[in-house]
Amino acid sequence: MKLHEFQAKELFAGAGLPVPEGRVADSVQAAVEAAEALGYPVAIKAQVHAGGRGKAGGIRLAHDRQEAQAAADAIIGMTLATAQTAGRGHTVRRVLVEQGQQIRDELYLSILPDRTTASMMIIASTEGGMNIEEVAARSPERIIRVRVNPLIGLQPFHLRQIAFGLELQGDLFKSFCSLLQKLYSLVMSRDLMLAEINPLAVTEDDRLVLLDAKVEVDSSALFRHKDLAALHDPSEDDPLEAEAKKYHLNYIRLDGNIGTMVNGAGLAMATMDIIKQAGGEPANFLDVGGGANAEMIENGFRLLLSDPDVRAILINIFGGILRCDVLATGVVEAAAKVALKLPVVVRMEGTNAEEGRRILNDSGLELITAAGLQDAAEKIATIARQL
Amino acid sequence: MSIWVGNDTRLLVQGITGTEGRFHTLQCVQYGTNVVAGVTPGKGGQDVEGIPVFNTVREAVADTGANTSMIFVPPPFAADAILEAADAEIGLIVCITEGIPAHDMLRVKNALAGSTSRLIGPNCPGIISPGAAKIGIMPGPIHKPGGIGVISRSGTLTYEVVHQLTGQGLGQSTCIGIGGDPVVGSNFIDCLTAFAGDNKTTGLVMVGEIGGNAEEEAAAFIRENIKVPVVGFIAGLTAPPGRRMGHAGAIVSGTSGTASSKIAVMRDCGLHVCEELGRLGEFCAGIFKD
Repeated sequence: MKLHEFQAKELFAGAGLPVPEGRVADSVQAAVEAAEALGYPVAIKAQVHAGGRGKAGGIRLAHDRQEAQAAADAIIGMTLATAQTAGRGHTVRRVLVEQGQQIRDELYLSILPDRTTASMMIIASTEGGMNIEEVAARSPERIIRVRVNPLIGLQPFHLRQIAFGLELQGDLFKSFCSLLQKLYSLVMSRDLMLAEINPLAVTEDDRLVLLDAKVEVDSSALFRHKDLAALHDPSEDDPLEAEAKKYHLNYIRLDGNIGTMVNGAGLAMATMDIIKQAGGEPANFLDVGGGANAEMIENGFRLLLSDPDVRAILINIFGGILRCDVLATGVVEAAAKVALKLPVVVRMEGTNAEEGRRILNDSGLELITAAGLQDAAEKIATIARQL
Repeated sequence: MSIWVGNDTRLLVQGITGTEGRFHTLQCVQYGTNVVAGVTPGKGGQDVEGIPVFNTVREAVADTGANTSMIFVPPPFAADAILEAADAEIGLIVCITEGIPAHDMLRVKNALAGSTSRLIGPNCPGIISPGAAKIGIMPGPIHKPGGIGVISRSGTLTYEVVHQLTGQGLGQSTCIGIGGDPVVGSNFIDCLTAFAGDNKTTGLVMVGEIGGNAEEEAAAFIRENIKVPVVGFIAGLTAPPGRRMGHAGAIVSGTSGTASSKIAVMRDCGLHVCEELGRLGEFCAGIFKD
């Protein structure tokens, strides 16, 4: 789960990390008031879940009231489409107004789990303030990577490796080590999947300030962080995706017109591939999960039907935990409640598949049953050509 | 005929008294797996359809000689269950539980590095040596004893592959779902290493997904170490970049981890890559029957 910058900074401030003084505003008036109270210059920053905001015009500096008014007016309500939003724009509902800093240097610092080595990875660079992937590609020698065994924890030699690597000296060296220790503890104690500070600013008066903050919390760990769970901002979600989440379904909306419902993420991805290879375009990814019950199937089916772009549906279930008779019951119940007009191809295999097929056949619904995946692909391709 | 599980498997089930645990335990028994014990703290002394339940793994091992554990414990307690099994020197731990916090698994993985236990999963369908033992939630009847080893990151996608293999008359030696989480106990290379030592496995199918670089590393390992033919498949050819497709591991960022980059590496390393899931069975028949 992603946090907004202002939420991440509140988390950091609570851990004793140095963030600029700032206020959140959801109107132009509130933003100008915040700027007046903080004193100029201020940075006015769009609060959306997307990187690359600066380049897309979502971050502006203001040196007086007029500029603050103009910046807030331009940013609040704008639809921000950055390099990282994949074509979808985010409507800006809030800005963070922050005290401007006298910056001498910009560093990069992040902590995240490294899947291949099962360690915590700390990445640092003297080349802060820019896209770290580009830095890594252009000048890999400027990237410092340190792996920490989570059972042993952050050691003094780790701190030295990074601080010397960043060419820090004297008081800055010490304050950096203290900052990194606090950040590492925060990441470990709050189940963060990413804490990225870019840039970590060195000010003219030799202070370190976390100018930007990107934080992702492990969604699987929210049960032990109720306060973080409460920070979830549903307005950043696609409405159908948010609806799906309520029913514990894993749904991602795509651009096509063939709805899919599959159990298991891998099979769901492969089913989307099949639709595409058959000449169709998937309208969504919908994984009803291994432990789905009739009610979840019904909700998933309703979700597919509520997307106006969906013109045909392919249901592909390989019963393991999810039994095919349960699936069939869910489909029949959902279809009975909505007036089903779309062609639906159903392919079922695995536990209780025969019982499931019998339920579908006896339902009186006009479902197209497929024998095997290739048959399902061909049937959905025929339908796709007629759409 | 198989790796890691077989006729000498003596299974204990952690979380045997829960709905899922109970259901799948009985499915395993029905398949012919030798289930010797269950563990649910506080329910020691009870039984599930004649299978004795113990309070701790150590007690269960001492009493029944269990050498393998299958875990159905809910996510907040699953890491603890894995560590308890390792502490009792269980040789093979198969964790089915989905949704274990990533930081828990980081600690578990490092703790197991110094133990005698092998972990499969979490968030996986389990492992089956057809005709001998089923440890997990896969539907038993789709399998058939034979010579093909199957390794996969997915659950139901594995069933699809196995179903098609069986449909072509290609039986399996052992099928393993390694799990879709970012941190898993055993990776492709661990499984490949074991299969390389099993002279009854005459061919392998590796089912991968977008995200990470596990398939690329496995392909390089195959080129150097695997003598039998290997068929590869990658799900997620059409996945949009940057979106999380169910599995936390399946995030495509930049060009690394995409299906097409993985397929290119696999072909370079001599794998037979099938791009059409609907025809995977036929494709395998063409490769393995030569």
